[in-house]
Amino acid sequence: MIKFKINDKEVEARTGWTVLETAKEYGIDIPTLCHHPAVAPTGSCRLCMVELKEGDWSKLVASCIYPVKEGINIYTETPKVHNVRRWILEMLLASCPASEEIRKLAEKHGVVSTRFPIHDPDQNCLICGLCQRVCEEVVGLSAIAVVDRGVHKKVGAPFLRPTDICVACGSCVTICPTGAMQEIFDTVRGKPELPLTQLA
Amino acid sequence: MHNQSAALQHDPWRLESLDDLNKLKEQLEQKIDPDHPEIVVCHGTGCLANGSEAVSDAIQTALSDSGIKAKVIPGIKTTGCQGFCSRGPLVLIRPQGIFYQRVKPKDAGDIIEKTVAQGEIIDRLLYKDPQSGEKIVHEEDIPFYKLQDRKVLHNIGKIDPTNIDDSIIAGGYQALAKALTTMTPEKVVKEVEISGLRGRGGAGFPAGRKWRSALQAIEKKGRPVYVVVNGDEGDPGAFMDRTIMEGDPHAVLEGLILGAYALGAEQGFLYVRAEYPLAIKHLTIAMEQARAYGLLGENILNSGFSFDVRINRGAGAFVCGESTALFTSIEGKPGNPKPKYVRSVEEGLWGRPTVLNNVETWANIPLIIDKGGEWYNKIGVSHSTGTKVFSLVGKVNNVGLVEVPMGLPLSDIVEKIGGGVPGGAPFKAVQTGGPSGGCIPHSLKDTAVDFDSLTKAGSMMGSGAMIVMDDTDCVVDLGRYFLRFLEEESCGKCMPCRFGLSRMREILDGFSEGRGTQADIDDLLSLSEAIQDGALCALGSSAPNPVLTTIRYFKEEYLAHVESQKCPAGVCKDLITFQIDPDNCTGCTSCARKCPTGCISGDKKEPHTINADECIRCGICRESCKFDAIRVI
Repeated sequence: MIKFKINDKEVEARTGWTVLETAKEYGIDIPTLCHHPAVAPTGSCRLCMVELKEGDWSKLVASCIYPVKEGINIYTETPKVHNVRRWILEMLLASCPASEEIRKLAEKHGVVSTRFPIHDPDQNCLICGLCQRVCEEVVGLSAIAVVDRGVHKKVGAPFLRPTDICVACGSCVTICPTGAMQEIFDTVRGKPELPLTQLA
Repeated sequence: MHNQSAALQHDPWRLESLDDLNKLKEQLEQKIDPDHPEIVVCHGTGCLANGSEAVSDAIQTALSDSGIKAKVIPGIKTTGCQGFCSRGPLVLIRPQGIFYQRVKPKDAGDIIEKTVAQGEIIDRLLYKDPQSGEKIVHEEDIPFYKLQDRKVLHNIGKIDPTNIDDSIIAGGYQALAKALTTMTPEKVVKEVEISGLRGRGGAGFPAGRKWRSALQAIEKKGRPVYVVVNGDEGDPGAFMDRTIMEGDPHAVLEGLILGAYALGAEQGFLYVRAEYPLAIKHLTIAMEQARAYGLLGENILNSGFSFDVRINRGAGAFVCGESTALFTSIEGKPGNPKPKYVRSVEEGLWGRPTVLNNVETWANIPLIIDKGGEWYNKIGVSHSTGTKVFSLVGKVNNVGLVEVPMGLPLSDIVEKIGGGVPGGAPFKAVQTGGPSGGCIPHSLKDTAVDFDSLTKAGSMMGSGAMIVMDDTDCVVDLGRYFLRFLEEESCGKCMPCRFGLSRMREILDGFSEGRGTQADIDDLLSLSEAIQDGALCALGSSAPNPVLTTIRYFKEEYLAHVESQKCPAGVCKDLITFQIDPDNCTGCTSCARKCPTGCISGDKKEPHTINADECIRCGICRESCKFDAIRVI
């Protein structure tokens, strides 16, 4: 077992655990959006940032992916952590205004309004990539891709061409934290060469 | 890739030892007469874009047509970038070292008939020093060259990069032969540690320490280990690495082979962005020629050490210059960065120990091994040893590539070597380190240009781009420019970067459109901190730097956008109006004829006026006015 501290409290973790897994074990709440136990963490939403302190030195790390080490000191509620969390939530409120889940999460962390203009009031996909990862890692198909980069990034079929390799298992819809996949799903699936009934 | 050894004057043979290499060098040297006239034409990308290929063709034609009366027929050599890009195409006449600039194909006849045949200097092609007003004949007397210390660039502009023999005459592969015959791998690592060489790609991590950590990782995990060259230089205004790869590809190769020998690597990778076709071509030729001589591949110089390398071309993503994104790209996956909680010396390419250094860092290695770590350590300043190559661009007289010892004051580089701002005004600021770096104001012009001093000033060394700005550059506009660049180039994986950079740019848009508030400045600072702390990789975490440093040093300019709705530099179109000063206007009608909206009116020889409602503030009138009559308010 590896011993370290979260918020000055002694905790124990198994080798290979992440800080987030340990925190969950001890009931310490760290917000997440792109994390799901079924798939490998990627540390992309950055909501789970925590502060790693060593004397005067400190830095923020993504708890979902940071491996536990003996003797480290982790703090989950510091001004730096709150600053990152607050800005991400405020930006999410503006960029995914149609998501009830994000509105609730933001409210829970004291963010009830956003200073940023809303460009697409219907948007609820935050491009966390969970749908793509579950399709690749759990279903084993890669019918979903996160295409393009930067501000142009979006979720869809590989190369944005509807695909017939999707088996309509619904894993992506289930894992999606905001329900956005229900609509994107239709853009992923193309016309199968054979009706599904004949495949069985 | 056929016929790539065409530039060799003989059939290459396999070199089996240091003796063989020295014998070859002697043979090659004997064929060369140092006093034989030679016309050197710069074929760097800058000069090629300015038409230097037509110039060298014209010189060749003029030479054959002239039935030359000279006693000896000069050789014509094309080289990599000679550095003085704003003066290209450059032609150098050896052995006298006569320096001709802005040469056109029509000048070829005169160069052959006057200079080469009769030793006559052609006045119109000489460089005129903007500060003294004097014309300078010889390359070594030009301040731009005189004040430099060209070590990494030593061969560039002298050798033909497509001919390995030229490189061997200049001492190429001597360091490799020395290491393979007289040094243990441990000794090579030790020399690099002693040299104090820090990575030239941005963060300045000590190369020796990186290699040492890799050796420790190899002890735990075993081999294979990979060595990788980061040639994905992408900062706007940066062309140091391109020039090195194009002009002296063997230096990069030799450095990499030395690194591979030190670490026991059998495979290396050159990751070069696809936008550098000439660099890729020259590296490919260099690899072919080095293999033919047995300097690369199986059993190098019969030492029992085998190593080979392949080129991976980047597909246009700036973020692939980031180490983890570069690795995923080489692995054939989308170039997205990964969290670096395990260092790449332990888990890099395919999870194996990997040493990644940038082009300039690798090109320093042969110098260190050849002359010793102690020698290298004495160049520059402590903690920043050696020289650094900078690309000097923007509002500066001598645009080009310079190499200076670390620790030189910023003003020396910009004003003495760069010749200062055109027109003679002091520079306003210098952006160092590209989009990840910061803006250093004129008040800090004495800042020593080394890793630690630049970081202290809020900027960074970065890969070495220096963008000089003057009073007509707006700091808000600068911030918007770099953020726009990065929001397009962000991989979009993490939210602080994907959302944050666009949102920061939107706030800055507000300033340039007159909607900015004092609270916006505070929000910019706070959001910048969140992005620095929260972003997944260095692209995001360093992205706020230009905005942070400009707020730190030019806050009054931001406030001018807020309080008086003015853009002091006259750049932000929504905040400026163009007016004609009736005292200066002579009524020459030049501006009225050039105005694209036709909003300037007035009688000939009478002061003109601008109709502000129709004016689109393009600034063409200001550029066309010879009497300084256009005011920006």
